[in-house]
Amino acid sequence: MDQWKNFTKGFIKENPVFVLLLGMCPTLGVTSSAINGLGMGLATTFVLVMANIVVSLIKSQIPDKVRIPSFIVIIAAFVTVVELMMEAYLPALFKSLGIFIPLIVVNCIVLGRAEAFASKNSLGKAAVDGLGMGLGFSFALVLLGGVRELLGSGKLFDFPIYSENYVSLLFVLAPGAFIVLGYLVAIINQVKKN
Amino acid sequence: MNYFVIVLGAILVNNIVLMRFLGICPFLGVSKRISTAIGMTFAVAFVMVLATIVTYLIQVYVLDVFGLSFLQTIAFILIIASLVQLVEIIMKKVSPALYQALGIFLPLITTNCAILGVAILTIQTDYNLVEGVVFAVANAFGFGLALLLFAGIREHLELQNIPKGLKGAPIALISAGILAMAFMGFSGLV
Repeated sequence: MDQWKNFTKGFIKENPVFVLLLGMCPTLGVTSSAINGLGMGLATTFVLVMANIVVSLIKSQIPDKVRIPSFIVIIAAFVTVVELMMEAYLPALFKSLGIFIPLIVVNCIVLGRAEAFASKNSLGKAAVDGLGMGLGFSFALVLLGGVRELLGSGKLFDFPIYSENYVSLLFVLAPGAFIVLGYLVAIINQVKKN
Repeated sequence: MNYFVIVLGAILVNNIVLMRFLGICPFLGVSKRISTAIGMTFAVAFVMVLATIVTYLIQVYVLDVFGLSFLQTIAFILIIASLVQLVEIIMKKVSPALYQALGIFLPLITTNCAILGVAILTIQTDYNLVEGVVFAVANAFGFGLALLLFAGIREHLELQNIPKGLKGAPIALISAGILAMAFMGFSGLV
């Protein structure tokens, strides 16, 4: 039961994007479509889970003073793994996510979970926390990407929903990212209150 | 002419915050007051230029020479983290007044994706060292411009009567969207 709560907290209650407002750069930058959001979310989830596992395993070996730099090196190593794998097997997605793949390194969510959770908890708990937070992040990105894609190009996951004559291109461009996220945050706040 | 295009492109057309979506965290985090926004801008400008120079040299004279370019991400973030630490130590010693003003922003800069982003973009667009420095300075100005405009808007927002559900982060994000819309008017300029 405890593990289940630990897993689900990332979706609404402590959602990294909608509630904690962390990791805003990839959130806004890559969500011009639901697919891109999903790709970015899963890549970040992988890094989160692996970094949490490794940090939790070696937490007692790391001297307190160099703990942040060590975490960053661990995270950067897994980001490089994702970068190379994606370039080899998903070149199209790699191209559309562009610079935001290496920038997973400086995503505050990853370092935040390593520092606030994994460095204090057991292996199992840290892995579940990473998975929950990562999937919560993915959920937020897919939701944001889906809304923008639907309003901006009339499609959802590349599947046409309504005629392109009625779309508002603004939503797939930069301003749409800010505006849609603003309203989504307001809605989630309201949902959380009730 | 070439430098002019780089500068104009970085500040107005592809503004680093509003169009490229880099450095959103400080953009939302420290934009409540104009004075803190100015402090953050100078700290970012300082580290951004320094980091671009050092990462460029490391890329060209170490990573490329030994065929280690797959280590780019790890190498760059380590350089930026240690650079920020170094700047903090030197600043504390040499100019305590400056440290008082910028000190609190420095630790935040390590995880500012604008710094790493500009360093990687400089390599990806094949700029040479001088162009890279111009690009970094221009981006720092672009960051400062967006931050100051936004801080000005937010100071006004606090006095407005905003619908309850939109108070705080949502209205800030929507205002940023409208600001981004204004910057879209510059597209096609270069």
